[in-house]
Amino acid sequence: MLHVDLHKRFDSKHGRVQIDAQFSLQQQQVIALFGESGVGKTTVLRMLAGLTAPDSGSIRVGDVLWYNSQERLHLKPQKRSIGFVFQGYSLFPNMSVRNNIAFAQTEKSDAAVNEMLAVMGLEALAQRKPTSLSGGQQQRVALARALIRKPELLLLDEPLSALDAEMRLKLQEEILRVTRLFNTTTIVVSHDIPEVFKLANTVVVMENGKVLQQGTPGEVFAGKATTGIELVGEVLAVEAGTIKVLVGHRIVTLPTENTYSIGDKVVINPALEQAAITKIKS
Amino acid sequence: MPYDWGPLLITFKLALITTVILWFIAIPLAYWLAYSKSKIKFVFEALVSMPLVLPPSVLGFYLLILLGSEGIIGGFFAETFDIQLAFTFKGLVIGSIIYSLPFMVQPIQAGFQNLPPSLKEAAYTLGKSRWQTLMRVLLPNMIPSLITGVVLSFAHTIGEFGVVLMIGGNLEDTRVASIAIYDQVMNLEYAGANFYSLVLFIISFSILMAVYFFNKKVFKYF
Repeated sequence: MLHVDLHKRFDSKHGRVQIDAQFSLQQQQVIALFGESGVGKTTVLRMLAGLTAPDSGSIRVGDVLWYNSQERLHLKPQKRSIGFVFQGYSLFPNMSVRNNIAFAQTEKSDAAVNEMLAVMGLEALAQRKPTSLSGGQQQRVALARALIRKPELLLLDEPLSALDAEMRLKLQEEILRVTRLFNTTTIVVSHDIPEVFKLANTVVVMENGKVLQQGTPGEVFAGKATTGIELVGEVLAVEAGTIKVLVGHRIVTLPTENTYSIGDKVVINPALEQAAITKIKS
Repeated sequence: MPYDWGPLLITFKLALITTVILWFIAIPLAYWLAYSKSKIKFVFEALVSMPLVLPPSVLGFYLLILLGSEGIIGGFFAETFDIQLAFTFKGLVIGSIIYSLPFMVQPIQAGFQNLPPSLKEAAYTLGKSRWQTLMRVLLPNMIPSLITGVVLSFAHTIGEFGVVLMIGGNLEDTRVASIAIYDQVMNLEYAGANFYSLVLFIISFSILMAVYFFNKKVFKYF
């Protein structure tokens, strides 16, 4: 289990934020930390990594205490078993792709680097410098670098926000694949509902620094337990009796009696005779 | 007429030794100035920058007092190691280090501050110590700043006059080129003054041209 109870007050560009984040989670799953920008998601992630000091609280990962304000215990980032993928990836510009990954190893092993390069499909890019890579390629190097230490906790800070829609989809698949492969507990910060649906088993919703809700994406966003297939989409147009919804790359026209506005995020359950559409609370 | 190369050799020896010692002093100092959250940091920033605004004669005067055999530092060295600092080459090195300190520290401090903070944090999350992070990640990614610091310190030490005159006087061992020029002019030896001046001019110009030429290639990788 992962137990988190963190409190911190800080000033951001959105004003003063008081974080009171408490949640407990099963390990070996993908957890999304979801909320609008400025609610303190990234700060919670940084406190988990030990990069930002909380005011008070505790963090326990399995049997190991990483932070406890009462015992004045605060493990340095170096002492925590983590992999952190930054928003801008923060690859080391002076090192090749191979050396970026090799640098992260605690015990040097060329074989392990080769294996990681192969798993991430980076063999052809091994000798290139990060600045000559596309955003998607850099993302894969950053993931490889974070995973080579086999961390207990993989922390991803909006890893796909800088990429275009097509690349996002591809890399979401990639993240899913490697988190399953390495069986690492992963916490991903996201403000994108389709992404949360795709990646996470559990979503922790944050608002104004507080944890508002916790559950499966289906429970949280549709307000009910999920049965069967559900699609997540965005309302593009509203006409008399029908709406046009963008689902993935397709636009579907659905009959409905309810009123929606353009831009609403909706969950569609196509299993029912007349597709049930539920507006997402956000 | 044959010219005495002595002052030029002393000048470059002084500049070289000063630059090497400054390199090792400035990196930890610049690191601390760049990253420390200490409330009294501004005091040290002001101290490091003092040689930029202080007349060299003022700096030279106080250094002479400190380094003289009656001074705190000079007295200590004279009693403990039997080493004279005032009016010796060793004294010149100490004076030059202080005089050129901001020219090494400021570019390196700016170099640290211009690196994205997440670079350092990324290395920490990968289990790397501060030392490993400094040597393998931070310094290799700020090479242009390091080159700038070295070149400015070296060039600035070559051009030193006031501090050297105050601490070193105009003796055989401490007569650097800039003082030799002054000396020659005072004696109306314009040809000799021109010799030293021309050599300094050509060398300074060559160093700067080389930096601008090579920096293009250094920058290309960043």
